Amino acid sequence: MPVSWTLLIVLAMAAAGFAIGRSRVLAAAGGDSRRLHSRTSYYGWNIALFTAVPALFLIAIWLFAQPQANRWVLGAAALVLAAMGLFWTLGRTTPQFRARIAVEGFVRGLLIMCSMIAILTTAGIVFSMLFETGHFFRQYPWQEFFFGTTWSPRFGGGSQLGILPLLWGTLYISFIALAVSIPIGLFAAIYMSEYASPRLRGIAKPLIEVLAGIPTIVYGLFALVTVGPALRDYFAQPLGLGSSGSSVMTAGLVMGIMLIPFVSSLSDDIINAVPQSLRDGALGLGSTKSETVRNVVLPAALPGIVGAILLAASRAIGETMIVVLGAGAAARMDLNPFEAMTTITVKIVSQLTGDTDFAAPETLVAFALGLTLFVITLGLNVVALYVVRKYREQYE
Amino acid sequence: MTDATLSAAPAAAPKPRASLLIADERTRKRNAAESRFRAYGLSAIGIALIALVVLLSSVLTDGIGAFRQTYLTLPVALDSARLDKNGNRDPEDIKKATTLTYGKLLDQAVQNTVAQQGIAIAGLTEKDVSDLVSKEASAQLRNRVIANPELIGQTVDARVLVNGRVDGYYKGRVSMDSAARDSNTSPAQLQLADALKDKGLLATQWNWSFLTNPDASDQRPEAAGVGVAILGSLYMMLVVLVLAVPIGVAASIYLEEFAPKNRLTDIIEVNISNLAAVPSIVFGILGLAAFINFAGLPQSAPIVGGLVLTLMTLPTIIIATRAALKAVPPSIRDAALGVGASKMQSVFHHVLPLAMPGILTGTIIGLAQALGETAPLLLIGMVAFVKNFPAAPPEGLFDPASALPVQVYNWTQRADPAFFERASGAIIVLLVFLLCMNILAIFLRRKFERRW
Repeated sequence: MPVSWTLLIVLAMAAAGFAIGRSRVLAAAGGDSRRLHSRTSYYGWNIALFTAVPALFLIAIWLFAQPQANRWVLGAAALVLAAMGLFWTLGRTTPQFRARIAVEGFVRGLLIMCSMIAILTTAGIVFSMLFETGHFFRQYPWQEFFFGTTWSPRFGGGSQLGILPLLWGTLYISFIALAVSIPIGLFAAIYMSEYASPRLRGIAKPLIEVLAGIPTIVYGLFALVTVGPALRDYFAQPLGLGSSGSSVMTAGLVMGIMLIPFVSSLSDDIINAVPQSLRDGALGLGSTKSETVRNVVLPAALPGIVGAILLAASRAIGETMIVVLGAGAAARMDLNPFEAMTTITVKIVSQLTGDTDFAAPETLVAFALGLTLFVITLGLNVVALYVVRKYREQYE
Repeated sequence: MTDATLSAAPAAAPKPRASLLIADERTRKRNAAESRFRAYGLSAIGIALIALVVLLSSVLTDGIGAFRQTYLTLPVALDSARLDKNGNRDPEDIKKATTLTYGKLLDQAVQNTVAQQGIAIAGLTEKDVSDLVSKEASAQLRNRVIANPELIGQTVDARVLVNGRVDGYYKGRVSMDSAARDSNTSPAQLQLADALKDKGLLATQWNWSFLTNPDASDQRPEAAGVGVAILGSLYMMLVVLVLAVPIGVAASIYLEEFAPKNRLTDIIEVNISNLAAVPSIVFGILGLAAFINFAGLPQSAPIVGGLVLTLMTLPTIIIATRAALKAVPPSIRDAALGVGASKMQSVFHHVLPLAMPGILTGTIIGLAQALGETAPLLLIGMVAFVKNFPAAPPEGLFDPASALPVQVYNWTQRADPAFFERASGAIIVLLVFLLCMNILAIFLRRKFERRW
């Protein structure tokens, strides 16, 4: 019996239960719905919910835990559960039964379960990575992972899996990305909130936000096809700095463009939240607009802007597709921005795609890298949210 | 002693200030600083907009070629002695003829056509002539014959793909110079193509099959399309829609309307805001560990991709829905409670319908975000080469499929530069979908938004 048939039968049973319960309770009340505790449809809903929901849960959980389960056993179990729910609630359906309260309690329980999924997800992320990272550290010493300066995985064994070159690449690329996006984003935000006419603002702001809606794979292809070769031909090779299309500079520049709308819209909100009275005071004392911005508005908005920058940094560190396509795959620690380097995310992708052996440290290292990445970005986010929240309270 | 006298002291004879209308040195400096500052701001906006324009135009100019394809029209004699040895037109027998056989027929047809048209080009080898036609063309011809066995024995006009290099020649990717250095084509072959074009047999036309074809192998970029990827993306969006929207809305209703202010609620809220900022690749690791390794769901299946994207979009949907619920004024709730509705009734009958436009907009934006996501899908094996279309849902959700952004990544990893054009073309398709979704969201917001 295919799953879709089971689903259909369960739903049909619920619908039938709804109709039967409704008509039966109405008949018991002599056709006068005022004699019932709840409105008639609640009696129907009570039966339908108790019939369908537990059976659907059973199917979902069973399929998740054992996808190859015998469909007949599964279907039979689900139908039995649905029938039990149906007959139990049918038996309870009398005019005195508080159907609305039962239904509302049930729905409330469902709502709570749905909101628990966020916790479940976080727990899932943490435990799945902790579990596999534990496996990894049993096979590979943690000192060499955290302090090793060589990354050369060999599937034959004897690989060196030091995170430092990857961390260096990640931080270098993020640094360039922030060096591009912070000035541009911040100046754009200042201009739009302090100087721009409503018309310019109305055109420029949505256009800049289009940049935020473009998927990162598009930026990645842009880096690979356009920016990388251009940087190589016009800067790196004439200057004798390298001959690689994919480089720290390529990935950093493109990631910087991606982060512009992120920085500018966050800073825009924060600058707008600075009270007008501060500006009026400064202008009244004879300062020019730019002096007001530099000496009054920006210092007042600074904590919020720092929060925005931290959020942007966490974005940059966790970004994957741009660095996969733009930064290269060579793990090295170098200062030359026109060399190809690699990042934590690139190595997670390369260790986990293709043929993988989940007993080998070369595959399991991806989970340790993922956990490191998760901890770094989580730390940045927590600090950033704290700073932003604390600052917001200041002027409210 | 004021600052003014201090700074003016060393001057020999302090000139009396002429007029307020003439700016002095310091004012001019300050004004210059002011206009510099404005210029910085304007140029920042300018750089951002230029970046947007360059980004979009580079993708568009690279990708537009994928929507045009060069075809050769030629008569092919479908020799019944080769295709149907028993002569009974039995479909099973016809299927025994492999693409190799059809390839030979096509070779013959091209040679004949060249001879008939009287095209003579110096240095043209037999291989050049037969390689003019794509390797995929024989498979297409075979499918056509299997679908329609009466064609055997006739001479049919076939419109076949030409190989990727010749196609690239008409799109400006391949030149005579590069062809001379290329082992897959030769200048003579390109001259032959030009000659055929002059005769009207070879033409570059609009290419619908880019949207409907599945992926093709490394040697045949001319046949590659995004059909399977579009279908895979569609399946994943279905899963996200079915799971993320009800769960997200239910969670936000609980948190916004019912949740007591206690520790558990705080934990949930902190969790949601943190999940929204977790790098997407971490969700891919979760998907790999939980759905594939632990639960044993198949790799490359849209169901796994959909589940991962659901977990990823949930925070976006929850945040948008909560904002929409918060925007409904408390007077609505109070009025409902005042006439005797229960709390649940006030929420489901009054607040939720009023918040619906906001929820819809947030949902569409969350879906758009999920549609463009690549990194987590790479880890759950969506990057595999998939040539078969998945079956209809729900069973098809467990078949291997690709997804649009992953297909783009896949093509960037191929050696033949013709695949870069395909990748950019796939991005155009992706951007068109995103554009439609965003326009729909803006339209919904404009049409239904209420200001209280």
